[in-house]
Amino acid sequence: MDSALIPEGVKRCSFGKFIFWIIVVGAVLLWGVFAMLLCWFKGLNQTNMNDAYGFAVWIWADLAVIALGGGAFFTGLLRYIFGKDELKNIINYAVLIGFICYSSALLILAIDIGQPLRGWFIFWHANVHSMLTEVAFCLSCYFAVLTIEYIPLILENRQVDKVPFFHNLSHNMHGIMAIFAATGAFLSFFHQGSLGGVAGVLFGRPFAYREGVFIWPWTFFLFTWSAAACGPCFTIFITWITEKITRKKLVKKNVIMLLAKIAGWMLATYTIAKIIDTWYWAAVTVPSKGFTLMDFYSNNPLYGIWILVLEIVICGVVPSIILITKKGRESSFLLISAVFLGALGACVNRWVMVLQVMAVPVMTFESWPMYFPSWQEIATTILPVAYGIILIMISYRYLPIFPQEREIEQIG
Amino acid sequence: MLPFSFEWIWDLSHMVFMGGLWYALTIIGLGMTYCIIKAAVDTCKGKGGHCGH
Repeated sequence: MDSALIPEGVKRCSFGKFIFWIIVVGAVLLWGVFAMLLCWFKGLNQTNMNDAYGFAVWIWADLAVIALGGGAFFTGLLRYIFGKDELKNIINYAVLIGFICYSSALLILAIDIGQPLRGWFIFWHANVHSMLTEVAFCLSCYFAVLTIEYIPLILENRQVDKVPFFHNLSHNMHGIMAIFAATGAFLSFFHQGSLGGVAGVLFGRPFAYREGVFIWPWTFFLFTWSAAACGPCFTIFITWITEKITRKKLVKKNVIMLLAKIAGWMLATYTIAKIIDTWYWAAVTVPSKGFTLMDFYSNNPLYGIWILVLEIVICGVVPSIILITKKGRESSFLLISAVFLGALGACVNRWVMVLQVMAVPVMTFESWPMYFPSWQEIATTILPVAYGIILIMISYRYLPIFPQEREIEQIG
Repeated sequence: MLPFSFEWIWDLSHMVFMGGLWYALTIIGLGMTYCIIKAAVDTCKGKGGHCGH
């Protein structure tokens, strides 16, 4: 039925099967949209946020998807600026994943601000002393860059490409993509960093507070570093899931190996920096504020010392060792486990830097407040996942996302 | 926010923050304008047939 729209020389499932799964995922999407409308029309009383948790699951999800979407800027940087030509075979998918992650982040923010019609205030009535203003600026601009990187893919659809203007536009956009990629890398460096900076400058919250260079606390650099390390891990992981669902190889092994190796070294160096940062914070910063390390961890289910072990050892040291060794990368099971752990590590780090920062008591009369999101918060956090799956399904079916697919199919 | 807005103050923070924003938007805007105009010119010249790249 839609065969004229499908890229030439590749196989896709039947239109009926495709629509069936769109409806299934669409139902989840509608559930999220319903919860979103409740939040907009009834207000933030629909959430379980309170005085202790001004930042909650939305902001965690926001920071997590921004970190995971970091694969787009870092792969773009490697491809267009450092000339890693093999990565042209995965850059389209990295851009698509980045586009989904950043549009999701903006959507979550639009729900979180409660009054989305006033979202433009942050641009026009900007508080120029806030790191969050920098985040809003860079996030919006980088989303524009990702849209520009995604547009040529749409224009390369079989039918759209037949229109000479669109064909030329796509060709020209490819021609100056390095400028957009460099702008994207610049913007990403600052917004990823400023998200970490927001936590690091909280001198009233010693769990998050870090020293640093000039106006930037160490968390500024660690957040950018972790996004550059874990973003490509997430890209590899989603590529693997897509290959499993479509039951075919979409990207050649050498491309995955190269990206995994670079991600591994980024993750290894990040983990070393994170260990040094944590040690210095525990040994110098924390005592200087009148606390001990264990004051920041509790026996409750959410914020035990296990979370530190999970973040640094299980999701940092272990995947780093796997990814930097050739044997580790060549084992499919170990590779996928490592990229999964790497991506999980970014999520755990953002969880700690958003929610645990809020939960740690700083006054002697305070206790550990617990928090569980309302169903509206859960539904609106799942909403972007459903949206992402739908966009991947549509893009995979109609756009030439994987340049090597046809060649691999012919060989196979 | 632009310098003619009543909230504007000529200090380093405003110049760095707002200057950075307008700088990024200018690069993105000029880049896209160049691509669109060149595509229109190329199309008028008859470039871009029905084949791929």
